[in-house]
Amino acid sequence: MKFIPNSSVKSTMLKEMGLKNIEDLFLDIPQKIRIKNLNLPDGLSQQETEQKLREIACKNKSFHDITSFLGGGIKPHYIPSMVKSILSRAEFYTSYTPYQSEASQGFLQAMFEYQSIIAELTRMDIANASLYDGVTALGEAALMCKRINRKKTFVIPENISSDKKSVLKNYTKGTDIETKEVSYDFVTGKIDLNELKKIVDGNTAGVYIENPNFFGIFEENVDEISKTINDAGSLFVVNVDPISLGITKSPGDYGADIVIGEGRALGNPMNFGGSTVGIFACKKEFLRQMPGRIIGLTKDSDGNRAFCMALQTREQHIRRGKATSNICTNEGLCALAAFLYLSWLGGNGLEKLSKINFENGQKLAKRIETIKGFKMMFSGVHFNEFVIKCKNDAKIINKKLLQNDIQGGLVIDRWYPKLKNCILFGITEMHSDADIEKLITVLKEVSHV
Amino acid sequence: MYRSAIYDEPLLNELLGSTKEKIKPLDLLPRSLQRKEIIDIPNLDETQLVRHFHRLSQMNYGIDSGIYPLGSCTMKYNPKICEHIAGWDSFTGIHPYQDISTTQGNLEIMFELERLLCEITGMDYYSLQPAAGAQGEFLGMLLSRAYHEFNNDSERNEVILPDTAHGTNPASATMAGYKLIELPSTKNGTVDLDMLEKTLSDKTACFMLTNPNTLGIFESEIIEISKMVHKAGALLYYDGANINAIMGKTRPGDMGFDIVHLNLHKTFATPHGGGGPGSGPIGVKIKLEKFLPIPRIARKDGKYLFDYDVLQSIGKIKGFYGNFSVLLKAYIYILLMGRDGLKEASEIAVLNSNYMKKKILKSGKYEMPCKELRKHEFVLSCEKLRQEKEIRAMDIAKRLLDHGLHPPTIYFPLIVKEALMIEPTETESKEDLDKYINALIKIADEDPGIVKNAPSNTPVKRVDEVGATKNPILTWKMI
Repeated sequence: MKFIPNSSVKSTMLKEMGLKNIEDLFLDIPQKIRIKNLNLPDGLSQQETEQKLREIACKNKSFHDITSFLGGGIKPHYIPSMVKSILSRAEFYTSYTPYQSEASQGFLQAMFEYQSIIAELTRMDIANASLYDGVTALGEAALMCKRINRKKTFVIPENISSDKKSVLKNYTKGTDIETKEVSYDFVTGKIDLNELKKIVDGNTAGVYIENPNFFGIFEENVDEISKTINDAGSLFVVNVDPISLGITKSPGDYGADIVIGEGRALGNPMNFGGSTVGIFACKKEFLRQMPGRIIGLTKDSDGNRAFCMALQTREQHIRRGKATSNICTNEGLCALAAFLYLSWLGGNGLEKLSKINFENGQKLAKRIETIKGFKMMFSGVHFNEFVIKCKNDAKIINKKLLQNDIQGGLVIDRWYPKLKNCILFGITEMHSDADIEKLITVLKEVSHV
Repeated sequence: MYRSAIYDEPLLNELLGSTKEKIKPLDLLPRSLQRKEIIDIPNLDETQLVRHFHRLSQMNYGIDSGIYPLGSCTMKYNPKICEHIAGWDSFTGIHPYQDISTTQGNLEIMFELERLLCEITGMDYYSLQPAAGAQGEFLGMLLSRAYHEFNNDSERNEVILPDTAHGTNPASATMAGYKLIELPSTKNGTVDLDMLEKTLSDKTACFMLTNPNTLGIFESEIIEISKMVHKAGALLYYDGANINAIMGKTRPGDMGFDIVHLNLHKTFATPHGGGGPGSGPIGVKIKLEKFLPIPRIARKDGKYLFDYDVLQSIGKIKGFYGNFSVLLKAYIYILLMGRDGLKEASEIAVLNSNYMKKKILKSGKYEMPCKELRKHEFVLSCEKLRQEKEIRAMDIAKRLLDHGLHPPTIYFPLIVKEALMIEPTETESKEDLDKYINALIKIADEDPGIVKNAPSNTPVKRVDEVGATKNPILTWKMI
């Protein structure tokens, strides 16, 4: 069973074509570069394959085997069975990019609805049908700012993930964009507002902030940040955790021009960090500078409602070297999952979920803080992640936790040398009180070490 | 005759209007960030939602519905076992920052997959990070820059590509800051060697090529091309979108390519998901290894680990390590197929394509410019039909939908007038190929009025795409 039905009628077909051998079809490949066979193992049966993969899978410990308090861009969230069930409809997952709209109305309508919900969530006018992830969305946002106002500098906070800094550097390498960093306030963990005001000027193409930021802390001075950026004639780019928006204002409410985010949390599993899905939304006036696919509502020849890919003239398959981005394949199915998930929650469900995440974040922080040898690093209000400063070696603490089947938080001094022995803890609605107790018990033990 | 399910399916916000409910403020939350009203997403019951989504799915065509011969897209069957295994908790429930002692299984898969891809393509090293083919190309261009910069040769700012190149090629090269030079193809549809010689200079960073090219023609002079490009001090880039034609027959590495990208969601049978997720690993020759993204997957004392300690690395192009779920499915597919299976996949993909080509051309209804022998895909022209009956490639595509068949890629490559680019893949049966051939022949003889007004058996009639761009309605609120 190799998924090659014509294997058995090969000779009939060759005969019909007046050919003797399959090799006749490969005569145009010079002998000098021909190979006889690949040096690969024999194919396995499906049963053997499943057995082999079971053995490999045993070498992993998933969120269900160990209690994990990791965050840093990915956190576990509950996925309703309805999402999995609909995603497994082969009409959706085995379809291609909807170039032929008449045969893709289902996916197109779903993407139109995804765009609508993302626009609502971010309070932007429009959203695209997804980018690769929240990280590359930052790269695309920087390029878009430059396309809009032709200015040269792009301002980012010092405390974003090192992955993001690296991706941004690579995405802007082909341009003359210069990136400048704004420090964070060492007490509150929020962006240093005074420094931001000094850095932002007439040459600033865009300013990027994260809300909540990488330390899990809310940037509450958004109105002042927004005004600073606006006064300089620069663009305001905000990254959000969509789960937080059930209880917090949307970036559109405080003047954002472009909103991006990692949408994986919405109905997609962690999957070792991929597949992910990049949220990208903006104001209507920037539509023609947007990267990625956009689905529009139109009419068919009978005048009935129909959906199709809109503004394709921005894209690489039409515009080639002058496209707004090179992206072709995006993260369609993950965006579909996000749409299914958000509609399953509804506005009420999202508010409830958001609240649980916020409250669990407060609860866990409070508990850890009371243990000797652990304190909150920053005073700012956090969502479902926070930084704890440990008296003892953070790596040893995590090792001890692991011996007790607990995966501790992310040790962040690799990226922020100033934050020695600091751990970023993450918690969501997936963590029970028992999970918290388990962590606290072991942390208490290690605090005596 | 084929009939698609047709529903007048409302939008979610039409099923249930908005409810403006106030939110009780949370004491601990900063006042400046307090949301005032519940987000306007309808609160529907699961039963209502499932019907909505189920109906939408029935108005969508996938490879499980039937043949999907989009040229250069390699829409082959996606084995169910790959989906099944990739859905196990022990793969989906893994956080990217877990202690590596708890992720040895995932790391083993990535490590092994890199090696399998090296063997299949004849390259030395791989990075699995790119999320899709176009991102692989972009990474390839960044590697090219890093290589020339490292060799104090950064004056090289031009990328040459043939006029048959995929649209992503020029877009990716531009994004990396390169100037594009497009090379007109010969009348055979292949690279013009004289023209290439004249265009190559000490400004050339890279020559991007697809082989077989987008016409489905193998560039037989590839050894000569490789010599010329390298003599000029440039790199040779392989767009792997079409590698389904040559597995087990020849390898880009042996042809002289320095950088290769693959589309795992094409050749290695992972589903396309209505536009993604994909995966576009990059393979390189040893001279480019040190520039590959971090982290690299390494093995030491029988244990797998992430190596971040790569001095010359270009850094990262995506968060974390790539689309792992897609990598896993491709790995399973390669295990299933094995040495002989992959080779046979390519052989039958090429057989199917040439079988269709021969039978369609024999009908005399369509023409095929350029060379005769094709690999996994071929490009027909219906220019004759346009001149005689004003039937265009778009009309034929839409009429195929009425037969329950997915159309080929149309109007690409640009050098073929009224192009129909057909790639059947190896997973179609002879019966289905015959059905497709007969439909194409029949359409050519049909009353032009019917063809030009097609489709009529689909959920909607022909869609006004121009209107969607002229008057963009992109959200519920914009209606």
